[in-house]
This record gives sequence, structure tokens and C-alpha cells, in this order.
Amino acid sequence: MSLVRNFIEDWSRYRRSINEGGFHEYEHMWGMVIDLDKCTGCNACSVACYAENNLAVVGEEKFESGQGMHWLRVERYWDEPNIGNERVRDTQEHGGSFMPMMCQQCNSATCEPVCPVAAAYHTPDGLNAQIYNRCVGSRYCANNCPYRLRYFNFYSYYEDSWPSPLDMQLNPDITVRDKGVMEKCTFCVQRIRSAKNTAKMENREVADGDFQTACQQTCPTTAIVFGDLLDHDSEVHKLWHKFQTKLGTTKQKKDNPELRGYRLYEQLNTEPSVTYLERVRDV
Amino acid sequence: MAEETTTIAAKDIDEKIAWAKINSDVLRSMENPRMGYWLAIGVSIAMLMVGIYSEVYQYNTGMGPANLNNPHMWDLYISTFVFWIGMSHSGTLLSAILHLFHADWRKPIYRFAEAMTTFSLMTALIFPIIHLGRVWNMHWVIPYYSDRGIWPNFRSPLVWDAFAITAYLTASVLFLYIGMIPDLAICRDNAVGWRRRLYTFMSIGWRGDDRQWRNFRKTYLLMACFLIPLAVSVHSIVAADFAMAIMPGWHVTSFPPYFVAGALYSGCAAIITLFVLLRYFFKFEQYMTLPILEKTCKLTFAIAMVWSYLNLIEFASVWYGHDIPAKEVLIAKFSGPYSPFFLGMLFCGSVLPFTLAFKKIRRSPWLLLPISIFLNVGMWLERYMIVAPTLSLSHHPWTWDVMWPGWVEWGIVFGSFGWFGLLFLIFVKVFPSVSMYEVKEMVYHRRRVIFEDAELRAHEVKTGASGAQPLTSTPEGS
Repeated sequence: MSLVRNFIEDWSRYRRSINEGGFHEYEHMWGMVIDLDKCTGCNACSVACYAENNLAVVGEEKFESGQGMHWLRVERYWDEPNIGNERVRDTQEHGGSFMPMMCQQCNSATCEPVCPVAAAYHTPDGLNAQIYNRCVGSRYCANNCPYRLRYFNFYSYYEDSWPSPLDMQLNPDITVRDKGVMEKCTFCVQRIRSAKNTAKMENREVADGDFQTACQQTCPTTAIVFGDLLDHDSEVHKLWHKFQTKLGTTKQKKDNPELRGYRLYEQLNTEPSVTYLERVRDV
Repeated sequence: MAEETTTIAAKDIDEKIAWAKINSDVLRSMENPRMGYWLAIGVSIAMLMVGIYSEVYQYNTGMGPANLNNPHMWDLYISTFVFWIGMSHSGTLLSAILHLFHADWRKPIYRFAEAMTTFSLMTALIFPIIHLGRVWNMHWVIPYYSDRGIWPNFRSPLVWDAFAITAYLTASVLFLYIGMIPDLAICRDNAVGWRRRLYTFMSIGWRGDDRQWRNFRKTYLLMACFLIPLAVSVHSIVAADFAMAIMPGWHVTSFPPYFVAGALYSGCAAIITLFVLLRYFFKFEQYMTLPILEKTCKLTFAIAMVWSYLNLIEFASVWYGHDIPAKEVLIAKFSGPYSPFFLGMLFCGSVLPFTLAFKKIRRSPWLLLPISIFLNVGMWLERYMIVAPTLSLSHHPWTWDVMWPGWVEWGIVFGSFGWFGLLFLIFVKVFPSVSMYEVKEMVYHRRRVIFEDAELRAHEVKTGASGAQPLTSTPEGS
């Protein structure tokens, strides 16, 4: 009966989490800044993510049919030469642009409330976690993700993706997911855990730069900056501050129109933790 | 003579029909299955086998062969689930709502409608289970004391679904069973062998005395009152699966009433289909009369108009609203790759029912059979058009994609019709598909109680037939 008692005792907590939601009791709040003006679209981050997180290589055919498992995908957009007025067309921003998309780790995530078994839940780190062995695969979370950044194991990929000697390259810090499980970018939660454990053993707080995510580590142009938004000395916090990106808003208001920085689909009030640095202009 | 037949054709039921004949007619329908029946059973089992094979394949392989992909995480499974849930609402409408309204023309046809309710719910229940990636963990959705020490997420509409469907299934099975007890007693008195043992067990000692009838009436009324809000809430919750989501085209406030109207609509259409089939195969012409068919058609027409109106509301609120992605989805439904389905749905759902406005059509069963089937095709397309275009064209343009369901999905959808058909076929041979005691009640009311049949009056005024039946009649021996 302890389960029932816990539930009753925790009821106030349940209520509060429903009413208030958001970002006030976090130990850390992991956030990211991606400078799209620095991004060259080289896809190294995507490859690093595959290597770090044991992502299955599904093969060309399945990838074509939309069953790929790329947690971090680099989206390419080509500017249509005929769109926009004369002034915009003549700027240097004309051409192709790239957009690395990983789970936006929303603070008010749409995937969390719809999961029937609470496999998608919010950690005290401000991460939007996916608990693989709790997942039953209803895929409601993926349907409700406006960014479409959740990936489903449509098959058991283990044997096909990592035939015998290749399974030695699997990262031991993270599981290999079986069929029927939803998965997505974790902000390299295994690195976060290990950094926190090290810091705890050394009896200190996690400092900025203790660890990097795989994509950040690999990015040749340092377009990706990752860190703790609650730590005011961290680089990511400084960048958020510098570009006046604010949490808890559905539209970023800038003092200076030259300031870049927006979050994806802020109007949906999902409160993403990732800021993209790019001039947003009306064409 | 001709005048008499036309007068009878305007009556819901011939009040001169003898009670023993009612019994024998209905009991006859449960005996001696003909070759066609076994053929139908065989076809149903074959269809079910296709479904089972597909599900076994999917269980072993994963959801991949269903051709689901990243934007399309739900597809045929969920749309067919909503379709079957919708079918299940007609039985409640006929038996519970019309029972409270004292619309006694429902009496000869409500039994099979209720059976349809139960069986389509049992079919619907399959889909949210098999659409899970890890079917073997489906019980995690239900809150129970487990060593895992966690509850399901009570905020998730899928958990509400689990509660609502199981509650509705339990209640509708009970309602079907309770309403059948007096009939089961009649069957018990006329059966031998295993049937006698079965009916003896199921009629739980029904003797038909006053106390039993009083309690029966109370229970039935109570269940009817209980079932109506349950039915409405079930489909509202199914609608909440979509309306609670943030996706354009799903995030619509009018979805719950829209779904309920659609459910009643497809259910009524299915009742017409089964009405025509049962009437023909079981020779129930005296009970499932054309005036009753006509009333059912009128009901269907009214609900079709409500459904079309709610459709228009949805279009208008999206069109004049400020939700750009939702507008995109709406435009894509009309003009994009899904437009044949969408326009087909509008034709089958909103244009085709206007055929029911003609009395000639309302009274010709063999025309109504294809019409009602096409109404249901339209309703199935409606559910598909709710699920698929939104997933194809959601907020993020990079993921826009159109897909076609894989063979596993089609196989399971195909198999679900076999499963429903099998259950229904078994039902009509084991249980009385026309309620004997309520038909007797209906006949009794027409004979002895003041009963104003507006349609019959109108018919008499028109044809000048002198009152075939006086408004009040003196009691006569039975």
C-alpha cells in the first residue's frame, strides 16, 4: 500500500507540476546555442551522434521511407531565388542554409503529458528524458512533437546495424534500444551523468566546460555551444544573455534588430532550451 | 385488399400478430443454419486469419512493415479504431436514448444494434493494443499495484481511453445481457441439449413474475441512464486523443461533439445495413418493417446533417482563425494528395445522405444497402482524413511527407472486419436477434393503450382510409 500512500502524499506535488510547470526548481538547466551563421552543414555532428549514442544505421531503403534514426539531423534549405523583394535578394544571406535539429528539450514539452506510461518525463536537470524500458511504443509523443524529433525503433536493428566485430564499437554507457521503443536526443545524458559523478567525487559543482556533448565536441566551426543556463558564468548563459533570448515568452523581443537568436516554434509555448542564432527576416 | 396492405405498410408493426408467432419466428431464426451461413462464417474466419497472420508478423518484426515512418506514427490503426468505436454508438442511441424518449419503434431492431455495439467495441479494443510498439507491455497503461512502483500518466488521453473503453465495453455487455434475460427464458423453455443448459444458466431463474419484471424495468432504466453519458464521454475521450494534441488539424475544440455526431452517424448507417441483411436472411419482414426502416433513415439523415454542420464549423473556424499550419492542412485536404479521399468523404458523408430525403429510397431496402455501406465508407474516410493529413503536414515543413499504409496495416484492418463478422454471425444464431418480449410489448401497446401514430394518421388522411385502428380500443382477450 505504500504505493497508494506515496501517491496521496505526493498529490500536492502532482498538482503543482501540472499547474505551474516550467523551470524554477531545476538543479541545472542544460541549454544550447547553435550559431547557424557558423554552420557549414558538414554533418559531422550527426555522425558524432550516431557514434556516441549507438544509433542504428537502418540502411538506405528504410531511411528513404522515413524510418531513419538520426537523432541529430542537419536540414538543408535552399533560398528560392524568386522569393522576396529586391533588397533581400541582394544580401549575402542569399543561398543555402543549414539547420542542425536535435530534440529541443522543451521545458513545457508536448510529448510529456501525452505519454500513457510516463516514459517521457522531465528530469530535475531540465532535460526531457525518455525512459526506454518504460516505453510501450504508443508513439503519441512523436505525433505530438511539433519538431518531429522523436524516432521510433520500427525494427530490431541490432543484428543488421552492428554485425559481429562492429558491436565492439558500441558505447557501453548507453543502451542499444530494441524494437518498439521511442528514442530521441538526450543532450548526451551519459556524459552529463559522468561529469556530475566526477564533480561529486571531487566535492564540487559541475563547472562549465567539464564535458561537451558529442555534437559540440565534433563541430569544426564551434557552432554548437552547450552548458548550464542556471550557471551565470557559463558560455551558453552569456550567449543567451547577449542575444537577449528569454525563457517564458512566446516571442523574442530584441532591443537591437541586429541581435540574432530565436527558438523554434515559440508561438506554441513549448519553451525549447535550444536557441538558434540567425537573423529572422520576413520575405 | 390493396388498401389494407397499404395501411399495414404505414404501420410500424401489425398489431394483430399473435404472440406465439413472434416466439416461433424469432426462435426459428436461431435454428438450422443454412449453407450460406456456414459460408459466411468461413469467409469471416478466413479474413480473421489474414489479420492474425499480419499481427503475428508485426509482433515478431516490429512496426516497420506497417510502413509507418517518422511523421506518420499513427495511421490506419488509429483511424480504424475510431471507426469501430464510432460504430458502437448506435446501439446505445437506439436502445438507451430512444428508450428514454419512449420511441417504441426501436423495439424490434434494438437487439442487433446493441450486439453490434458490443462487438464493434470488442473490435475497436484490438486496435489501440496492436498499434503499440511493445504489445507485451500493454498492461502498463492500466493502474494496478505493481512491483514497478509507478502509475500510468493520468494526464495522457490514451490512459483515459483505456478507462473509457473498458468501462463502456463492460456497461454495454451488461446492458445487452440484461435486456436479453426475458428472451433467454423463452429460449430456455423451447430448447434442448447444450442450448438448454446455456440458456438456463444465462436466464438466471427468470420466471416472469411481477417482482422480477419490476426489478427488471428498474435495472434496465438505470442502465440506460448510465449508458448515455458513458457513450458520449467515450467518444469525447477518443476525440481528446486528437484535440489534446498540439498538431494542426487536431487541436480543434469542436472535436468531441464532432466525433460523437460522426459516431452516431456511422452507427446508424451500419444499423441500416444489418437491418436490410437480417430482414432478408431471417425473413423478419413482419418485425423489421419498412416504416421502422424509414424512421431509422430519417434519424440517419438528421444526424448526417448535424455531422455536416459540425464539419462546416470546423472548416470555418480554421479558415477564419489565425492558426496558419491548421489552415495549410485544411487547404491540403481539399487540394493536396489526400484530396480524392477528402472529397470522397465529403461526398459520401454530406451529399449521399440527401438520397434519404426521398420516401421511395427510404422504403427500398436494396437501395439502402449500398447507400448505407457508402455512408460508412465515407465515415471511415473521415477518420482516415483526421489522422493522416495532419501527420503528413504538421508544423515542421522539413518533415512533410505522404505515405501509403503497408500490407500489415491493411491485413489487420481487413481482419478486423472478419472478427466483427464472426462475432455477429455467432450471436445471431445463439441469441435472439429480435427482442421477443419488447415486440410483444409494442404490439400490446398498439392494441390497448392510447397510441398516436402521426404517420399512420397522415397516411389515412391522405388515402381517406377510415380508421383502421381507433385511437382507443376496448380491451380484448389475449
